[in-house]
Amino acid sequence: MPTHAISTKSARRLVSVDRFLTFIRVFLVTVIVIGLLAFIWQQFDADNPFARWRNPGARGLTGDQFKGLLISGLSQGSMYGLIALGYSMVYGVLGFINFAHGEVFMVGAMTGFVASDKFQANGMWESNFLLCLVLIIVMAVFFSTFTAVVMERVAYRPLRNSPRLIPLITSIGVSFFIQNFVLGLFGPSTKSYPRLPEWLAKQRSILTFEIAGTRLLVLAVAATSMVGLWYIVERTKTGKAMRAVAEDKEIASLMGIDVNRTIVTTFAVGGAMAGVGGILWGLMFRSVTHMTGFLPGVKAFTAAVVGGIGNLGGAMAGGISLGSAESIAPLVILEPLGVPGVSQLKDAVAFTVLVLVLLFKPSGLFGERLSSEDRA
Amino acid sequence: MNTLAVPMPSSALDQDWRKVLRWGLICGGTLIALCLVGMPVELDRREIIERYLSLGYLSVVLVPIVIGWVSASQVVLEGFESRKQGLFDLVTGLVVGVIGGGLLSLLMLALDSWNLRDPLVNWSPKLFRFLTYENGMGFGAGAWIVTCGVLSLAGASLHVMPRLARRTVGIVMIGLLSLSVLEAAVSDVSEGFGLEWLTDLIYAKKGGLTLTSTFVVGAVMAVVAALTNGRVKAVTNRYREMEGIERQKASIILFAVVAVLCIVLPMFLGKIMNELLANVGLFLLLALGLNIVVGLAGLLDLGYVAFFAVGGYTTAVLTSPNSPWFAPELHFGFSLIFVVVFAIIVGLVIGAPVIRMRGDYLAIVTLGFGEIIRLLFMSDWLGPYFGGAQGITNVPGVDLGFAMVKGTDPRSVFYLVLFFCVIAIYVSWRLQASRLGRAWMAIREDEQVAEAMGINTVSAKLMAFVVGAVLAAFSGAVLVAKVGSVFPTSFMILISIIILVVVIVGGMGNIAGVMVGSFVLIGVLGGPKQPGLLQEFQNFKLLIYGMLLVFMMLKRPEGLVPSARRSRELHQDEFLQDAWLKGDKPGIDDDEDAVPLPVGDGGGEEE
Repeated sequence: MPTHAISTKSARRLVSVDRFLTFIRVFLVTVIVIGLLAFIWQQFDADNPFARWRNPGARGLTGDQFKGLLISGLSQGSMYGLIALGYSMVYGVLGFINFAHGEVFMVGAMTGFVASDKFQANGMWESNFLLCLVLIIVMAVFFSTFTAVVMERVAYRPLRNSPRLIPLITSIGVSFFIQNFVLGLFGPSTKSYPRLPEWLAKQRSILTFEIAGTRLLVLAVAATSMVGLWYIVERTKTGKAMRAVAEDKEIASLMGIDVNRTIVTTFAVGGAMAGVGGILWGLMFRSVTHMTGFLPGVKAFTAAVVGGIGNLGGAMAGGISLGSAESIAPLVILEPLGVPGVSQLKDAVAFTVLVLVLLFKPSGLFGERLSSEDRA
Repeated sequence: MNTLAVPMPSSALDQDWRKVLRWGLICGGTLIALCLVGMPVELDRREIIERYLSLGYLSVVLVPIVIGWVSASQVVLEGFESRKQGLFDLVTGLVVGVIGGGLLSLLMLALDSWNLRDPLVNWSPKLFRFLTYENGMGFGAGAWIVTCGVLSLAGASLHVMPRLARRTVGIVMIGLLSLSVLEAAVSDVSEGFGLEWLTDLIYAKKGGLTLTSTFVVGAVMAVVAALTNGRVKAVTNRYREMEGIERQKASIILFAVVAVLCIVLPMFLGKIMNELLANVGLFLLLALGLNIVVGLAGLLDLGYVAFFAVGGYTTAVLTSPNSPWFAPELHFGFSLIFVVVFAIIVGLVIGAPVIRMRGDYLAIVTLGFGEIIRLLFMSDWLGPYFGGAQGITNVPGVDLGFAMVKGTDPRSVFYLVLFFCVIAIYVSWRLQASRLGRAWMAIREDEQVAEAMGINTVSAKLMAFVVGAVLAAFSGAVLVAKVGSVFPTSFMILISIIILVVVIVGGMGNIAGVMVGSFVLIGVLGGPKQPGLLQEFQNFKLLIYGMLLVFMMLKRPEGLVPSARRSRELHQDEFLQDAWLKGDKPGIDDDEDAVPLPVGDGGGEEE
C-alpha cells in the first residue's frame, strides 16, 4: 500500500528529528553538568585531576568573587527584567514580538544622556543629584512612552489583524529606523553619562556583600518600578482592562472596554518601564550609542521567554535569572571546561539559555499567559 | 444594492480641517526630521540638475509633493462612489504645504536663535545656510513657505489632471530622476560603447544634468510617454494571456535577451560598475536563498547570515595558506564540495531545534544562532582554528585554468557570481512548482491544514533551511574569494536584515521580484558596506531600509513584483469582498486608476 509506505516513512523521519533533538538536549545537559561538577570539585580541591583535565590553570572562585558575580548578575538582570516587561505585556495583548522595544529602551538611555549632560554642565548634577535623577527618569519615561505610543499608532495599529509574521517584520523595520534616526540626530560617537556623585557610587558592605552604590541604586529603582507596575496591572481598572484584553480582545470589547485605548496604554506602560531601564543602563555602564538597544532588547525578549511570555512576574524573574546566568555561567561552567576568553561568550550564553528554555520548557519557567488564539 | 454617495463638500473651504492640520504637521515634522538627520546638507554635494537642483534640495522638495498627493487622495470605501476631485483637493494640498513650510521656517528661527549643536550633531550653521539659500532669515522663511505650498499644491493637482497628463508627468519625473541618479552607470556604459560624446552632452562636467539636456530629455520622454500610452500594458497583458507553446517561446526569447545582456554588457563596463554588479549578484544569491526560506516556506529566518558565514569560513580555511590550524590549500572548486556539506550540516543543526517553534520564536532563535555563530568565530576559544578577530587572510582567488577570478578583476568576479546566480535561479524556479515547493507554500499558508493534507511538514521545513543554507554558503564562498580574506565582522545580523528587506521589497516568493529588489536596493542604495550608485546615501541607507520595510509591510506587503499566489493570500479578505461585490453588481471598476482603499484593519492597497 503506497499510503502506508508514506506514513511509515514520515513517521521514521519525525523520529530522526526527535532523536537529534534528544541528542542535543542530552549533550547540552552533559556539558553543563560536567562543567558544574568540575567547578564544585575545584572549589574543594583546586588540584584535583578532573578539574586539571580540561583546564590546568583553573583556580576556582573565592567567595567574594562569587558574590560579586551574583550582584552584577542581579543588577543587570533586573534591568533586563524591566525591558522584558514591555515585551511580555505587548506579547500578551497583541501576540507579536515588538522587536523595536529594545529601541524604546535606547531612546530612554539617550534622553537620559542628553539631560544629565546638560545638568552636569550647569552643576546641578553634583549639587542636587536626587532631583536630577528624578528629572532624568521623568524625561526618559516621557520620551520612551512617546516613542512606544507613536510606534503603535503608525506601524502596528493598521496591522492588527494581519498574518502573524507581518507585524514582526514591521517591528524589525521600526527598530532599524529608530536606530538610524537616532544615529542621524546624535551622531555615531559613544556618549558617556556623567559620573555619579561619590557619596552614592562608593562601595558599601551589606550583609557581607560588597555592593557598589550604583548597583544598589539600580536594584532599588527597578524594585520600585516593578511594584508600581504590579499595582497598575493588578489593582487598577486600567490594569484589569489590560488583562481582559490580553485574555480575549473581542469579549473585552463587548464588555465595554476600549480595546484601542487599552492597547495604547499597554505600549505606554511598557515604554515607561523601558525608559526607566534605559536610565539604569546609563547609570551603570555610563555609555550609550545608537546600537545600545539591540542586544539588551533581544536578551530581554529571552528573559520574557524564560519567565513565560505574557507573565509579568515571570518577566522580572526571567530577567534576573538570565542576568545571573549570563554573569555566572561563563566562569562556573565554561571556565572549568577549559574554554579560554569566556567573558567574550557572555552574549552567546544568553542565546544558549534561550535555546535551552525553548528545548526543555517552551512555555517558560512560570508558564505563559496568553489568549488561546495566540498560543497556536 | 444602491451605490452610496460620499457626502459632497459644499465649497472648497469646507475642509476637514483636523485632517488638513494633521497632514500639515506630518509634512512639517518630516521636513524637520529630515533636516536634523542631516540628509539635505550631506546630499547637497550631488547635483541633479546642474546649478539648479542638488540631491539635497531634491530630498527636501520631494516631501511636500508626496504629502500633498497623499493628503489630497480621497478614501473611498468599497461600495461607495468616488467624489470628483477638484478645487477642494487643491486647497487641501496648498494648506498642507503652507503649514509644512511654516514649520520648516520655525526650525530656521530656532537654528538662528539657539545653539543645540551639543546633542544634535546636525544643528549647524551649514544647515541654516542651506535652508536660507544664504540669503538671510526672512527670505528663507518666505521662500520655503511658498515653495512648500506650491509643491504640495502640485502634488495634490496630480489627482485633478487627466490620466494621460498624470502619466506623462510621472514618467518624465521618474525618467529624469533615474537618468541623473544612474549617471555613473550611464556614462560607464556609453564609455564602453564609445559614446562619450552623448554623455558629455547630457551631463555637466561636475555631475548632474545640464539645464538644456533636462528640457530636451524631458520633452523626448514626454513624447515617448504619450506614444506608449496603454501599449506597455497591452503587451504585458498579451504575454500574461499567452498559453502553452506560445508563452514558452516568448519566455525563451526574453530569457535569451537577458542572458546575452548579462554576458555581453560587463565587457563594456568599467571596474566600478562591474564591482557594483558583482555585489548585486552576491546579494541576489543570498536573497534567492532567503526567498526560499521566508518567501516560499514562510519561516522567518533572521540568522540567515550564519550560513553566509559558514560558506565564507569553510572556503577560507580550505583554500588559504594562512589558515591557522588546518590549511590544505584546496582549489576553490574542491572546497565548494565541503561548503555544500557544511552548509547542509549547519542547516540541519540550526533547523532541527527551531522548526517546531511558533513563527516568531523561530525568528528570534535563529537570530540568536546567527549571533552565536559570529561570536564563536570571533572568540579566543575558536581563535586557534578560525583566526578570531584577526580572521583569515590571503585567500587565493578562483583559478579556472584559463582565467583567474580575483577581487582585483571585478569582471571575472561578476561572471563567477552570475554562474552561481543562474544555478540559484534555476533551482528556485524548478523547486517552486515541484512537490516540495507546493508543500512549502501550503505550510506557509496554513501549517495545520498542510499537515492534515499529508505533507511531512518537518522534513519540508528542514529542506527549506538546507536549500537556503546552501545558496547562502555559495554566496559566502564567492565573497571570500572576491575579498581575499574573511573576518567575523563581515557577518553581522545587519546583513540578514538587509537581505530580508531586499526579499520583501522585491516580492516574497517571486524570483523576478527578488531580482528587482536586489538591483534596486543593493544596486542603487548599496549593501551594508558596499556602496551603490547613490554613494552619498552611505549614511542614510539603513534609515531608508528601515523605512522601506515598514512602508512595504503597511502598504504593499506582497512587494514590488508580487507573486500572484502570495498577494492573494495577503489580501484574502479584500478578494472575497471584491468577489462578493462583483457578484452583486457586475462591472465595478477594476482599472488601475481605482483609488487606494483605506488602510484600515484589513491593511493594504488594492489595484
